[in-house]
Amino acid sequence: MDPATLQGSRAVEWRRVLPWLAPGLFLALFFFYPLGSILWLGLHSALRGGIVAPVFLPTAQVFLFTVYQALLSTLLTLAIGLPSAFLFARYTFRGKSSLRLLTAIPFMLPTVVVAAGFNALLGGRGWINLGAMQLFHLAAPPITFVGTLGAILLAHVFYNTTIVIRLVGNALSHLDPRLDQAARTLGADSRRVFWRVTLPMLRVPILAASLLVFLFDFTSFGVILLLGGGRFSTLEVAIYLQATQLLNLPLAALLSFVQLCCTLVFSILYSRLVTRRPVSSAPRPADTKGRPARTWRERLFVGGIVVFLFLMFVLPLVSLPLRSITRLEADRAQHGPVQYGLTGAYYLDLFQNPTETIFYVPPFAAIGNSLLYATVTVVLSLLLGFPAASALARPTRLERVLDPFFLLPLGASAVTLGLGFIITFNRPPLRLVTSPVLVPLAHTLVALPFVIRILQPALASIPDRLRQAASSLGAPPFRVWLTVDWPIVRRATLSAAVFAFTISLGEFGASSLVVRPEYPTLPIAIARFLSQPGASNYGQAMAMATILMAVCGAGIVLIERLRLPGAGEF
Amino acid sequence: MLEVVDLWKFYEENPLLCGLSFHVAQGETVCLLGPSGSGKSTLLRIIAGLETPERGQVCWDGRDLAGVPAHQRSFGLVFQDYALFPHLTVEQNVAFGLNMQSHPASQVAERVSKVLAQVSLSDMGRRTVTDLSGGEQQRVALARALAPEPHLLMFDEPLGALDRNLREHLMVELRSILRASRVPAVYVTHDQEEAFTLADQVLLLHEGQIVRSGTPAEVWGDPGSAWAARFLGVGNVVEGVLREDGRVVTAAGIFAVKCAPSHRVGEPITLLLRPAGVRRLALQAGPLPEGCVAGTVTDVVFHLERFKVSLSNGLFFYLVDPPRPGEEICMELPASAIACLP
Repeated sequence: MDPATLQGSRAVEWRRVLPWLAPGLFLALFFFYPLGSILWLGLHSALRGGIVAPVFLPTAQVFLFTVYQALLSTLLTLAIGLPSAFLFARYTFRGKSSLRLLTAIPFMLPTVVVAAGFNALLGGRGWINLGAMQLFHLAAPPITFVGTLGAILLAHVFYNTTIVIRLVGNALSHLDPRLDQAARTLGADSRRVFWRVTLPMLRVPILAASLLVFLFDFTSFGVILLLGGGRFSTLEVAIYLQATQLLNLPLAALLSFVQLCCTLVFSILYSRLVTRRPVSSAPRPADTKGRPARTWRERLFVGGIVVFLFLMFVLPLVSLPLRSITRLEADRAQHGPVQYGLTGAYYLDLFQNPTETIFYVPPFAAIGNSLLYATVTVVLSLLLGFPAASALARPTRLERVLDPFFLLPLGASAVTLGLGFIITFNRPPLRLVTSPVLVPLAHTLVALPFVIRILQPALASIPDRLRQAASSLGAPPFRVWLTVDWPIVRRATLSAAVFAFTISLGEFGASSLVVRPEYPTLPIAIARFLSQPGASNYGQAMAMATILMAVCGAGIVLIERLRLPGAGEF
Repeated sequence: MLEVVDLWKFYEENPLLCGLSFHVAQGETVCLLGPSGSGKSTLLRIIAGLETPERGQVCWDGRDLAGVPAHQRSFGLVFQDYALFPHLTVEQNVAFGLNMQSHPASQVAERVSKVLAQVSLSDMGRRTVTDLSGGEQQRVALARALAPEPHLLMFDEPLGALDRNLREHLMVELRSILRASRVPAVYVTHDQEEAFTLADQVLLLHEGQIVRSGTPAEVWGDPGSAWAARFLGVGNVVEGVLREDGRVVTAAGIFAVKCAPSHRVGEPITLLLRPAGVRRLALQAGPLPEGCVAGTVTDVVFHLERFKVSLSNGLFFYLVDPPRPGEEICMELPASAIACLP
């Protein structure tokens, strides 16, 4: 090879590396370095101290409970998700698409909102308990919800049913209907068709959905902390408690290490499962619409599940905003007659800063902080995500090697990220723990994989021929980008921005470790208010959670609207 | 014996099958031949019990099958794209129907290997079906339908997805398997070559009705309608008017032809001019002689032992010696090549 070509190819190599520079440095500094610190601290302390009973026993106990609750949650989610998947894939009924969207909403709602929603429905100050107390003149709430395993399981099912519906339901509606018919002409009745044909063909999607649900339940943090009422400790919660309240960073690091290993194993299992050759689906798109229920048994099945799903998904989401504008009980230190009924007081309270306040600032400031953090997160994750996604859209060997690294932050839990930050950036030259900049950095880390995954297919969908055609017609590079790329990636960019925004607004795990009390975010403020006594605190938590839910809900609807048809299923 | 009586089926308000009636005798293969979208597949699905007709009956040995679900009819159905179970091996696919009848395992295995031998797939039993070629998958589909010894076999364009050579090969094989097993069969296709190769009886399906039925030779010899003649490509279909002297005047020429006595003078009449057996005449001035056609050659296509010659007036004929495109030619038709279509 002559020197000129060699130099040319080297220049090309450099140009390929360039887009990776900023995102690569960011990940190295804010993900791999903190992660390395955790591993080092965890292993170091474990090796030096040895695996002794005081460390091993609580770790094992926490680990076992984490697995136990995740298994239970997964089984429950399947029990509700599988019939629902059949419902959506096989039957048509009025309001089907609305119900489907409804079941998908929780998946993207912040944990604090879900926790607040269930609290507003079933908690000690919730609708059902206060209603029952007034109706039957009881002295204490009849139902104990917060602090039970049932609360945790219910919230997990609420969150993850949509995964089963989507993964299994999609596979089901893409199954070739002629396979069923072939089985029937061969003498199989409907029961045997189901057990011999339909179910075996759904094995992979069901396994994949179970694994994904298990992974989410395994790493669940906010739900356990807020609805478990401090009585239950999973790995995530234990990491948080050890790091922030018991200040035992080495043990927290060790727990993080265990957690990372587990999620790594589950993620590898999952990706091996989904990359396997998909089960044969119809050569042409099968009739995915389903049909109306005909026999009374079918009607019973459809009606029953529709009502169940509706109640399960609507009640918590409706209780919350209603509770935030309704006074149902006397406030602490309030004497005289109680004004039951509609009130805007909880919202007005957000602007006040009474002496007994939990923070140094009025709760209203948390909203401002959250919006600011979210904006910074959007800007940062787009700036870092665009070059990475553009390079990934046209993968060479380099990109194929780098690709999984940019998804790794998804595997590490948010609490682990937060722990990494406070372990790593607590000494010069990067003494960032005391400053608020860590919050948007952590949020960017969480949002970046999603942003890349949204942008990449849009960028990859642009055929190079279009760009070549534009430049052969005389368009300079920027014009090419403006006239060819931008109109196509505009939707994806907006979608990614909204995604990053809602993620940042609702982020709880990392925030709970890195947020400074003088700059609280909305979810942190809600969690604190929920844990405080008094009707006013409770009401303010409801009010803030309602605001958060409204903003995130708007974001979800916007993303659904922007979603390219056929793109983006987990 | 299968009997279909006055079958009606609507698809989104439009009639798809309009009073279809036919029967299939023991050991007989009936081919339903019709263009795509003529409701052939729907008919099979109704017979199989996978769909219900709006009106009419499907009877087996005199018993109305309405209310008998698909899995109790014992009618095998071979689908166009096979619909093999992808999670099962070749053997397991073939054994599926036998397992539904709960035979002992040894009997099932014996029957499976026998059927696999019948379709020449003896050594493929343990393969997964997704690894097979199209032709092999088709054989598995056939074996799967044959294995439980159904009362009736149905084929829904089973060779449509295969290339020409394989199709011809499988056609012959299928023919001998059907003859050997003596199972009555209903075979739907849009390909007349398949229909004529396999059928004892051909039923021509047009707009939801059977417009012609008979043995392949009968149907080809007398298609019975202008539509059937065009669909089968039997020959040129031309419109004309009956003259007082009994001749029919068309744009292509004047022909003496025996027509049904119901036709009256001055009435429009459709003629079928078969393209084979014509004799080329020398061009001559003056009016075209009776029984002759003339025109400018637009295209000459090699067609095995002869050439298909297309003329500028849209007619085509077969000639052994090819004329040149652009040439004016004149041809005389034998009387046997001219027929009157009702």
